Amino acid sequence: MGKYLRKKLIVYLITFVLAVTINFIIPRLMPGDPIQSLLSRFSGMEGGREILENQLTLLFNLNQPLWQQYLNFWKSVFTLDFGISIIQFPTPVLDIIKRAIVYDLSVLLPAIILSWIVGNKLGAYSGTDKKMDNATMPFFYFLASSPYFWMAGIVAFFFGVKLGWFPISGAYGSTSTPGFRLSFILDFIHHWFLPFFTMFLVQLGGWAIGMRNMIIYERSSNYSKYMSSLGASDGLIRQYGFRNGVLPQVTGLALRIGRIVGGAITVQVVFNYPGLGRMMLDAVQNQDYFLLQGIFLTIVTMVLVANFIVDIIYMFIDPRVRLSFTEEV
Amino acid sequence: MLTEFWKKHENLYYALTNKKVIFGLTIVIFVFLLAVFGPMLTPYEYGDYAGEGYMPPSSQHFFGTTIDGKDVFTRTVYGLRSTLLVGVIAGTIATLVGCAVGFLAGYYGGTLFDELLMMMTNIFVVIPQLALLIVIAAFLEVRGVVVMAVIVSITAWPWTARAVRSQTLSLKNQEYVSLSKISSLNVGRILREDIASNMFSYVFMVFIQQFNGTMLATVQLEFLGLGPTKGISLGLVMQNAVNWNGIQLGMWWWAIIPGLILAVLITALYFINTGLDAAFNPRLREM
Repeated sequence: MGKYLRKKLIVYLITFVLAVTINFIIPRLMPGDPIQSLLSRFSGMEGGREILENQLTLLFNLNQPLWQQYLNFWKSVFTLDFGISIIQFPTPVLDIIKRAIVYDLSVLLPAIILSWIVGNKLGAYSGTDKKMDNATMPFFYFLASSPYFWMAGIVAFFFGVKLGWFPISGAYGSTSTPGFRLSFILDFIHHWFLPFFTMFLVQLGGWAIGMRNMIIYERSSNYSKYMSSLGASDGLIRQYGFRNGVLPQVTGLALRIGRIVGGAITVQVVFNYPGLGRMMLDAVQNQDYFLLQGIFLTIVTMVLVANFIVDIIYMFIDPRVRLSFTEEV
Repeated sequence: MLTEFWKKHENLYYALTNKKVIFGLTIVIFVFLLAVFGPMLTPYEYGDYAGEGYMPPSSQHFFGTTIDGKDVFTRTVYGLRSTLLVGVIAGTIATLVGCAVGFLAGYYGGTLFDELLMMMTNIFVVIPQLALLIVIAAFLEVRGVVVMAVIVSITAWPWTARAVRSQTLSLKNQEYVSLSKISSLNVGRILREDIASNMFSYVFMVFIQQFNGTMLATVQLEFLGLGPTKGISLGLVMQNAVNWNGIQLGMWWWAIIPGLILAVLITALYFINTGLDAAFNPRLREM
């Protein structure tokens, strides 16, 4: 597979190990007595005693040596046994994650892909057109400067409250039940739009700025100057600049996914959208550490997988990497 | 006298006469003045009941009042202080750590030491920032301003390290660096005098970008209720607004103004950065 992918894979593997280790260490470093606080939470629940014992064996096993605890922790990671949620007692954490992840992916994937495509196109135009550049760049900078949750507030205020076009809370109306029916799907899209649009807008600014800078840089290079001295049109020069500028933008995508996912957490809080981010905050506020750990690991895994996919895409679109891969050079 | 001064500090002259820098700097100074002197312009404390609730902006309450009758202007300026303070400290830590790692990795470029530093950097780049911060912050029961800054900077330094490393790589084969090496100066001195001093303007711009990033991360944590445990912050003002259905009730002055100040500040800093870029790069200056 080449050195390129192997190196990346090693980094991702170490990151994953690190994430699991953080999950393992932090409750043990926590000030106060986690067991006491768990005891008081479970005391009123039916069958709480046994569940609690299981949880504690799973997570702490404090009577065993530390390395044994650590190995057990890994075992539970591989069997996807994250324990049982305290908020939604007695639902397994894994079930909650499975339910929530649909909402994350349905918002994040289209928002990331569309904003990347549209942002790059707009940025390329700004880079070649001085007038348009002066008019649009402040706007793009402003979009890129906005905290995600704040943009969510604005979008909710204008499109949800002022214009009343879209609902601003939840993933579907309180009267509809999930299922593959047209009425539900329409309702779902209706609720989905504003969180999607928020994520789209904030990212758009960053991509446009990045591509604009790349195009300006490419235009000062010799091949562009030569082309324009040959009388090539602006559009043609832009096209060639775009092809060169798009590679760093793909790398940028890999670098930014973590941050985008972070922004999605806050957006889900504003729209009360039941994805992983919303669940994560619920878990923090209710000290549901099992749920928190499970979601953290899921988010880390999601980001790592996304990074890996971007790496592979990069390999296919960069002719240099592709050619070295098929050994034609 | 004056012309001599400008000749000596040519970069500074180009920086301060750049339109974008002037525009950005004006806004940044205004926002900082607001944070410093704002609390003196208001007769209330940020937790006080200041008057009737649900009031839009007026001459008495510049940014209106919250639903439970607190003055939004007071809360915003006090919150701005806290958020800016965390942002500045975190940005400074992140820049210092990032530069240190970047200089060392770049100077020892290609060695195992460099590989190890870069691997560590790449790990911190891919780990989702906010999720990690939530986990850390959630388990710390008491968080002060400095603790917040350290938490935020943990995930902020890596990209600086990468950028500074590549700059160092391009500088370290210059002749004057080789001369220092032959003169057996120690590494710290070479890095400080030959490499860092030539990257001063670059590092300054990196700091501005770090400051932008750390403020965004800080305000997001604050919004999730994981900011400093005492006092008020910009994110917290907006969290209250969202929790009390301020958006549904159309209270834009509560939910939107505090964030607007931050977004404008960060936009202004971006402007300064592009302006400085043009001022420091003679090639861009002519355009």
